[in-house]
Amino acid sequence: MQHHAAGALRDSAVVQGGLLTMGTLSERILGAPAGEYVNREVDVAFAHDGTGVLVRETLREMGVERLPHPERVRLIFDHIVPANTGTTATLQKELREFACACGIPLSDVGGGICHQVMSEGVVLPGQIVVGADSHTCTLGAFGAFATGVGATDMAAIWASGATWFRVPPTIGLHLDGRFTGAAEAKDLALACVGALGMEGATYRALEFVGDGAADISMAGRLTLCNMAVEAGAKTGIFYADAVTLRYLAGFGLSVGVQAPEECCYEREIAFDLADIVPLVAAPHRVDNVRPVTDVAGTPLDQVFVGTCTNGRYEDLERFARIVRGGTVAVRTLVVPASRRVLQRAIETGVLAEIVAAGCIVAPPGCGPCLGAHMGVIGEGEVCLSTANRNFRNRMGVGGEVYLASVATAAASALAGEIAVPEEI
Amino acid sequence: MYGEGPAVCLGSDIDTDLIIAGRYLRTKDRRIWSEHVFEDLDPTLAERIRGAVIVAGRNMGCGSSREQAVIALREAGVVGVVAPSFARIFFRNAINVGLPVIEADIPCVEGAFVRFDLDEGWVEVNGQRRPAAPLSRRMVEILRAGGLVPYWRSRR
Ligand code: SF4
Repeated sequence: MQHHAAGALRDSAVVQGGLLTMGTLSERILGAPAGEYVNREVDVAFAHDGTGVLVRETLREMGVERLPHPERVRLIFDHIVPANTGTTATLQKELREFACACGIPLSDVGGGICHQVMSEGVVLPGQIVVGADSHTCTLGAFGAFATGVGATDMAAIWASGATWFRVPPTIGLHLDGRFTGAAEAKDLALACVGALGMEGATYRALEFVGDGAADISMAGRLTLCNMAVEAGAKTGIFYADAVTLRYLAGFGLSVGVQAPEECCYEREIAFDLADIVPLVAAPHRVDNVRPVTDVAGTPLDQVFVGTCTNGRYEDLERFARIVRGGTVAVRTLVVPASRRVLQRAIETGVLAEIVAAGCIVAPPGCGPCLGAHMGVIGEGEVCLSTANRNFRNRMGVGGEVYLASVATAAASALAGEIAVPEEI
Repeated sequence: MYGEGPAVCLGSDIDTDLIIAGRYLRTKDRRIWSEHVFEDLDPTLAERIRGAVIVAGRNMGCGSSREQAVIALREAGVVGVVAPSFARIFFRNAINVGLPVIEADIPCVEGAFVRFDLDEGWVEVNGQRRPAAPLSRRMVEILRAGGLVPYWRSRR
């Protein structure tokens, strides 16, 4: 456990045994060059109410009753919260009891989405983070190696504290310039997935570098890393820098920066942020990316602002700034990503503006993102969402989902149809 | 690790929401997943994949990490899944639940006889043989044990 305690201050390459001081950030954290298989202790290993049930069942099948490192483990209730049926409630009750019996820290109903909760002072630069959820790559925003695994893998990790990885080759994404007009990190995330395609980065890490990267806020970095998996990537990753330090200092944590070393990318793609315009991913593929102008005027039945992609305070604030004083022309659901986000939005008055504009505010969690409850859409309905996936039927059978930025969601909510956001 | 069966052909980018929809996740009853497997893609598939080898297109199993997807396939009686590329969590999950996954680029003919041998690293459709990408030693051991749980138990 000295491993964990030292996490905040260590230089990843050194602590992982000094195996590697050069290479991509993923190679340095995992301590081996791309292509090698390594066995590593993990620093943080979390599951949610959806996958946690299976992790617990698997542990039972394995005959494991005590976890060696419960303090590295987290359970977060976010997927169907509060419970929608008696069955869900019972599963959550059993999971709650299990967490209590094993000494696992639990973020219960209302605490927020797992990736957001993990981003609020839990995950640190240089750590190895696994989550039983595909969007665990979100946490690469801290300069951690963060990736999703399945429930059986997670059970073995909880039981042993370690797992195997194949060190991924890295695609370098060079960012230059700054966003202009209404463009934001989400539009860049969509541009990346559009450029790479849904499997363009399978088994790969996406490393965001360049002067443009240094300018992107923590919220924007989390959005970008979040969508890495939509191109099939194992993780998205930013180097910890002054922005990361300042953000973590807000949680009373002090960490060191990570500097890029000589390394070799499998492929490099450059983006000038000034060229990024508001984009959508049209139904039913995440890589079906087009300028908002192409689909402007499409009538909407619902707008959804939230999720681990865009439910952060900065997103709510941006949304409120656009709808302030107006009234939404379509059913608009706003779901803060965590209790902390909700609290801050209450304190600053952002939430009051959102409610005054006619939006429906739901408790922190995934909301209708996975199509299981609260806010799902009906047959033939069209939703513009700030989430990360628009697979057929995901948010409701027979529905259509357009993925877009917060600014596009706000402009569209006011218009009742897909609308191009104006310069903010 | 040898397997055989008639081919069931699927397209590219089959996501885990299509394999098992989010609305069926809230249960511990594995039968529910195999009953509703591929429901939104083609409701007749659940029957047709019993004893068959799925031959899919690129990026098989993309999307969410839900292990219910590979469990549904295994419980529905799928012998193995062949595809030119897999989403990585799906691939890892499949091995962990003992469902053979074979990375190989081979044209699919519906109903054709498919055989594969993961130790020798090949897959055959209608007698036409193609190499399969090799698995790590540990992956083969996990598959041979029938998944990560029996593998774990056998090593304690
Ligand atoms: S918000 Fe959506 S994408 Fe994010 S963890 Fe929840 S269900 Fe998954």
